[in-house]
Formats: sequence, structure tokens, C-alpha cells
Amino acid sequence: MTAKVGVITFPGTLDDVDAARAVRHADREACSQGRARELEAVSLWHGDHDLRGVDAVVVPGGFSYGDYLRAGAIARFAPVMGEVIEAARNGMPVLGICNGFQILCEAGLLPGALVRNHKLHFVCRDQWLRVENTSTAWTTRYEPGAEILVPVKNGEGAYMADEPTLDALEGDGRVVFRYVAETCSQGRTMGAANPNGSRRDIAGISDPTGRIVGLMPHPEHAIDALTGPSDDGLGMFLSALDALQGAAA
Amino acid sequence: MTLDTVKHAESTPDTAQPWAELGLKDDEYARIREILGRRPTDAELAMYSVMWSEHCSYKSSKVHWHYWKENTTEEMRAKMLAGIGENAGVVDIGDGWAVTFKVESHNHPSYVEPYQGAATGVGGIVRDIIAMGARPLAVMDPLRFGAADHPDTKRVLPGVVAGIGGYGNCLGLPNIGGEVVFDDTYQGNPLVNAMCIGAMRTEDLHLAHASGVGNKVMLFGARTGLDGIGGVSVLASETFSGDESGTASSLDPASRSSARKKLPSVQVGDPFTEKVLIECCLELFREGIVVGIQDLGGAGLSCATSELASAGDGGMRVELDRVPLRASGMTPAEILSSESQERMCAVVKPEDVEAFLRVCRKWDVIATEIGEVTDGDNLVITWHGETVVDVPPRTVAHEGPEYHRPFARPAEQDILQAATPDLLSRPSTPEELRETILAMISSPNLASREWVTQQYDRYVRGGTVLSQPCDSGMIRIDEETGRGVAAATDCNGRFVKLDPYTGTQLALAEAYRNVATGGATPLAVTNCLNFGSPEDPGVMWQFEQAVKGLAEGCRELGIPVTGGNVSFYNQTGDTAILPTPVVGVLGVIDDVRRRIPTGIGNEAGESLLLLGETREEFGGSEWAHLVHGHLGGTPPKVDLAREKLLAEILVAGSRDGMISAAHDLSDGGLAQTIVEMALIGQTGARLVLDPDMDPFVQLFSESAGRVLVAVPRSEELRFTELCSARGMPWRKTGVVVPESDALEIQDVATLPLDELRTAWEGTLPALFD
Repeated sequence: MTAKVGVITFPGTLDDVDAARAVRHADREACSQGRARELEAVSLWHGDHDLRGVDAVVVPGGFSYGDYLRAGAIARFAPVMGEVIEAARNGMPVLGICNGFQILCEAGLLPGALVRNHKLHFVCRDQWLRVENTSTAWTTRYEPGAEILVPVKNGEGAYMADEPTLDALEGDGRVVFRYVAETCSQGRTMGAANPNGSRRDIAGISDPTGRIVGLMPHPEHAIDALTGPSDDGLGMFLSALDALQGAAA
Repeated sequence: MTLDTVKHAESTPDTAQPWAELGLKDDEYARIREILGRRPTDAELAMYSVMWSEHCSYKSSKVHWHYWKENTTEEMRAKMLAGIGENAGVVDIGDGWAVTFKVESHNHPSYVEPYQGAATGVGGIVRDIIAMGARPLAVMDPLRFGAADHPDTKRVLPGVVAGIGGYGNCLGLPNIGGEVVFDDTYQGNPLVNAMCIGAMRTEDLHLAHASGVGNKVMLFGARTGLDGIGGVSVLASETFSGDESGTASSLDPASRSSARKKLPSVQVGDPFTEKVLIECCLELFREGIVVGIQDLGGAGLSCATSELASAGDGGMRVELDRVPLRASGMTPAEILSSESQERMCAVVKPEDVEAFLRVCRKWDVIATEIGEVTDGDNLVITWHGETVVDVPPRTVAHEGPEYHRPFARPAEQDILQAATPDLLSRPSTPEELRETILAMISSPNLASREWVTQQYDRYVRGGTVLSQPCDSGMIRIDEETGRGVAAATDCNGRFVKLDPYTGTQLALAEAYRNVATGGATPLAVTNCLNFGSPEDPGVMWQFEQAVKGLAEGCRELGIPVTGGNVSFYNQTGDTAILPTPVVGVLGVIDDVRRRIPTGIGNEAGESLLLLGETREEFGGSEWAHLVHGHLGGTPPKVDLAREKLLAEILVAGSRDGMISAAHDLSDGGLAQTIVEMALIGQTGARLVLDPDMDPFVQLFSESAGRVLVAVPRSEELRFTELCSARGMPWRKTGVVVPESDALEIQDVATLPLDELRTAWEGTLPALFD
């Protein structure tokens, strides 16, 4: 049986092709490890009330509906999101990347909000992240505390929440990724850790079950050293495969 | 107010018309009357005035286009699927793939309104690429600004960069390169050029023509509004006056006395609308329901309808009152000249109209049937049933005026060339050389461009293999085979000023070399020729020399010019910009996995080899400019046969895995190149200079035809034997030292990478943050 990962396309979605490619790469990687089960990317259309039988959903990056009004504010009301919200509440693994993270926050599946970067510029750079929680559906393939190199690219990526919410996220281990500074070969840190002014350097969080994860950086752009800074992002898609296989077993 | 119909025009031959305010000369207006056998209607006058503008008609430049023709051999033509005259040039890159690419200027709008000017520049070039039937895949932006520390540059540069990023990022197009250059001559006239690359299967090529009597003309995309009216005739074609709303009112005599609000001539972009328009067009192409397609850019519907009709085999009838509007009370003339963004025009068979509308509905794109192809000869446009335009379309689109403007080498040229940099005081002690290196790498023209490029998405679509700060941008086209393309744009305006013919060939040589430095084989050329006023014979001479130099250079390299763009009137008052013929070279690579990176430290042991010859060449150099504010003498020697050999060696080295990193030598010379290779690779190195040559010359000369390569020690002998056998001069210049965190230039200086990084990366953030 093939595990199906749905990738949503809204008008203005950009990284849907990349998310689907990352799923295909993860499938190839799993097969090369002798795994029997395959991973398949299925495209989902914003206007359909239909998840097409998928087992997990990626809400990819881009500028859905032009980010008009507020990033993610309109996409959250798309017909397909009604289905995603319901499936997520029933335990379907959902990953929101960048604009997808903004949409999951707008949809109330994750707490907090993403606001304009502190320097008010769009920032695209290779970013080091520390994996703070390796028990979510999307992060079991990482070693605890692992540092991974993944591109970040956004204009509204500063994570904000009130202090009690931030304390609760920290206390419950729901901060999944945190921005960290680059360490050069001589052991010194280089440059600023935080690219956008996110509170407590938070790059990604999860819901209480660990099934729903949202992050601003782009793991789907770090699937090989040819087109990305590393292949560190592949682990997220392989983790999902493990989660789906575990659920089926 | 009376509608100025054709009938009305016939009966009122003596009505005074605002042709001069619309930018037409008296003989041009007389010619329009002669073509039509009567006075033009308001709407016709609007069409002719925008289409006969410098921007649309190339009236000052096309007299020199014979150089392209004369210098394009059959062999060069064979690679081209579409060339000059189409929306964009198209070349065959093999495996059934065709690639289209083009650069265009959006200089004047970007000075008036930096964000929207730059944003819509990106939007326009992207639509040119879609109109060829291709999926846009990447953009790059050659930019020129005034002095980095001038207060107005702080207004223009951040706005331009944010506009390019804001629009391109939202379209989902990776920005893979370009240039940022500062020079005082661009102070009141920055250059914002935009390049786009797209790809398609060769059988999917679409050309703009309207054939097939009865076929329907579909307008789709955004609604038409009052923005950008007269943009091409006012902003792009005349010496800049700053009066932004003059033309809008001359198109609508009735409104001069009314209180109606005029919108500025700079268009306002909506990248989200363009993104869905791209996807909508690509789906229409896949469904095979487009006979001809044309984008609406400068001159809007005037341009699209007249070009589609004149390239077809019949006439065309358009019902202008069917055009969806976003402003009330627009006149036919205003609708025809509006430059509202994100619009396309397609010709579709009647039986496909329903399918066409279905695809547009899926993407929420407004689509309207506005007319059809007829068996007549004329383009006939009606307004609520009354004819307001009845013209032979070719006279609008292709038979505009052609000027034989005088050109002459200015007398000052000799004085300029005589003022050589030979007597400028030079650094000689190790301390002075060290200080010069740090001053150079931290200067605005040589410092890291990261402050700019960080605002552009280089990752989207997942095919970017090389991007800034590499010599060229490279993207994968075919995921199965790894086939891809590389592109670079270059121009050193100071070299062109000193000698327009040689300077333009140096721009070509540099872009060609940059493409090869990444491991790709150069294939085709585009250009964006930015010059001052064509009414100045000295400027026209620069232009004529540049076109000749580029055309003859391309012939020598065996790569065709597939298209280009001319931008005149780039000056502040009477002072023209440095002549800036930006040259874009496209290359092909059969497998992007063998691309050559820029940073060192990719292999355990690497030697540094300098390919090419270093001469004492400082005319127009960055050193003379920065340290002495000097511009004089002659530019470096150009040797295109040598450039060709160098490219062949780089490609061969990449194919056989003999090169682990490479970076070209250009602005700032060897010092700049090795600093960048070390910083990008985060790896130290030791340089050993030639004891028989002045260290200053070795470190800072800008001799052309040189590349610094890192070669794995195991490949060194094989590679140097290849160079010697092919007659390529080389010199072992140093080694990579992975355990070191410094750049050591033996007997000159040891520069810690941290110190170099602070100097190189700190400049633009300090100026613009």
C-alpha cells in the first residue's frame, strides 16, 4: 500500500512543486533503504472539498491569494481547508511550511501568528536550525538537538505569541525548531541566529499531539546538495513515512 | 463630449490635435495623415503616438540593425528557433528543449517610483516569456545606481530591490543573478534592467500572430484602468521632465477642465494576478487552444492588437467597449494606451472559446472576447458600434519612422584616451597593498551583494544550481537528465565610455566567460542597450560602435544575438549616463551535476591556477575609479579567440572532473577573485605572486580573459597538460589551505578571513539598513 501525501495548491502557491518533489525524493530514499512501502505525492486543489484519500497533508509555501489582507487569512477559508482542519483534528499528520505555517495559525490549528520581519525586508538565506523535539510525526528521523541547514525565505516570518502561550509551548516541548547561529570550522559563531525577529528564536512549533507541525524554513528546499544547502530537510518527509507506516502496522 | 469617430475625423479635417504633446514630430504627424488620407481620430492618434515612440518603434536605433544581420552566419542562425522581432529570442538547447530569454529596461519608471517601476519591469519581461509559450523559470536583474552614499540612492535602491523581490518572489521565480553597480552618472537616471529565462518543449513554441479569419480575439487578465497611460511616450522616450500626468490629460481634452483625478504614468503591479495568469496561460498552452498570443506591455492594447494583426494574414475587428474596465468614463484613446499590468491577448478558434473561458474561470482570470480576425486589411476598432480606428496595422506596428541620426566620434574622446592611468600613484609597500585590498573589497562596487540578493528568493521551483554570488546563475531544466542552462549579464560602462567598440566586446567577453566558469557552453546572446540621448551625435556614435562591436564579437564567438532592447534618453540634464550596453549570455550544460562552484575547499587538496595573461591594464579599472576617481586611457585588450579557448578548457575541465572551483577575474582583479573564493568557500589559501612582476599589477589589473581555478592535486598534471597543449597560458598561483582561516599573499600580507568578511559584507548593510 502506498502512503499518500497531499500537497495543496491555492492560487498563488509557489512551493507545491518542491514539496511534491521532496515527497518523491523521500520515497526514493526509503526504497533505497529496502523499505517496501512507498510514498506518493497527490495534488490537492484549493477549491475542492476533497482530500482524495490522502494519509497526510503538506500545506506548502507561497503567497496564497496574494497574501492579501494578511498572510494565510484568505486561504484558511478555502474549501479544501475545511477538510484539512477536520482531518487534522482526527489525527492526520499535517505539515505547514512558510505560508502553510501562516495558514495553519490562521486556521487555529497552531497557536500564535507570523508578522513582518523585524527589518521589514524579505529575507532568503541558508539557516541553521536546532531540532528541539524529535517525537513529532515530522521529526522522528532526527537526533535530539541535531542542527540542520535549511533555507528560510519570507517577508512575514516573525513568530509572535503572548508570553503565557510561549511559556506553555516551551513547557510542553512544542517548540520543534529553533533558529541557531552558524558555527564556523574554527568553532566561532558567525552572524545573527534569528533571521526575522521571531520570539525566543522559534522557527517551528507543533500542536499538543505532535501530528500538526508548522515552520517558516523550507525543508523541501533542502533535499539534495545540488539545489539546496544540504539534504537535511529530507528527514521530515521520511519521519512522516515512519509515522504513517507505524499507524498502519 | 463628441466621440471622435472616423466619420467625424473625415468631416473635421482642420481640428487641431495635440500631436506634439503626445511626443510626435510634425513630419510624423504629417505622415500619419498621409497614410490615412485624413486626420487621425483621437484614438488613432493615441495609437500612433505610443507605437511610434522611441521605446516601441526603435526609430533611432534600427538604422544600425544591419550589423546583426551581417554578422549572423547560417551556422549561428541554425540554433535559433525565433530571433529578433519576436517577443523574445528562442534557442534549441537539445533533448527537445527550447529556451527563451530576454532583457528589458524599466529605467525611467524606477526613478519616479522605485518599487512599482522595478516591480512592473519584472512583470513585463515575464509576460514576454509567457507569450512565447514558455514557462518562466528564473529572473535576474542588472542594476545601476548613483553614488552609494548619495541621499537619493537611499530612496531609489531599497525601493528597486524591494520591488524586484516583492514581485518576483510572489511569482515564484528564482532570482539567480544580476549586477549592482554604482556610478555618479546614474544619479538622476538609475538603470533597472530585468531579464527572464523560460523553457518549453520545442513543439510548444507560440509566436504572436493572428491568422484564421473568424478566429476570436480574447483579452484576459486584469481589468484596464487609467494607470500608465502614455508611459512609453513620456517616461521612456523623452528627456525626463518630471511632469508625470501631462499625457493623460492630452489624450482626453474634455478632462482638462474637469476635476477628474489623473493617475501617474508609472503602472502599479499586482504579482498575484500575474502568477495566476502564468498558470492560466500554461494550462491554455497544454490544452492546445491558443493560435496566437501577445502580452500587453508598453503601449497596451494599441501594441497588442496592431502587432497581432500585422503579424497575421488578415485584418482584425475589435469592439473596444467590451474591454473590462476598472475606471469609469474612460475614452477609447485612454483604453488603447493604458498600460495596466497583467493582461494578455490571445487569438482562439471559435470552437475553442468555451474551453478557453473554462480554463480562465478555473484560475479566476477575467476573460473577454473583444473581437475577431477578419478578411479585410485593416485593424478596425469600434466603440459602441461607431468606428474610432481604421488603420493598416503594419503602419502602426512596423512601419514607424526611421531616423538617420547623425553620429560622430566626439572630440573629447582623444583627450579621454590620452589621460592614461599610468602616472597615478600606486601602492607598493606590503602595508599599502594590504590597505588597498581592504579598501577595494569594501568599496560599494566590490562589496558583497548579499544585502540585495537576500531579498530575492533563489530557491523556489527547486532547480537553482548556481546563483549570486557565483559568476553565473544556473538552473536545471530537465529533472531526469539534469540538462540545464546558465546565464550571466555584464557591462563595465567605464570601459565602454573609453572605447565603445572594445568596451562592448569586453562586456560580451565577460558574460561569455562567466557562463563558462560555471561549466556551461555559451550558446546565445541578448542585450539591453542603455544610452543617453540619441539626439546627441556623440551618444549615437557610442551606440553605433557598441552595436557593431557586439555584432562582430558575437560572430567571432559563433553565438547569435537573439534579441534585445534599446533604452535611450538616460541622462540627467545634459549629462548622459556611462554608455551601458548590458550583454546577457545564455549557456547550456548537459548535466548540472557537473557545475563548477565558486568557493574553494570542496576537495582535500587543491592547487590554484591562474589561466590567461596578466598585463598592466588599469584604464577604466575599479582601482583607478575608487582610489583616484580617475577615468581615462584605454580599456583592457580584448581577445575573443582566447576567450573561446578559455571557455572550451573550462567546459572540458568540468566534464572530466578536473576543476573543483572557478571564479573569473574582472572588476578589482585577482585580489577580489581570491578573496571571494575564500570567503564563499570559508576556506583559507596561500597565494604566491610572480617575483618578476609588480605585485600591485598582479593583484589589481583587470586584464580580460582570465579565470582562477582550483584543481584537485590529483588532477593538476592532467589539467596543466591540457592547457599547455591547447595553448592556454597558465601559472600556478597558490594552494588552498583548508586548515587555515586566513588568506596569505606571500611577501605581501596575511589577511584573516574574519577581517576580510567584515570588510566585504559590512558595506551595503551600513549604507542601506
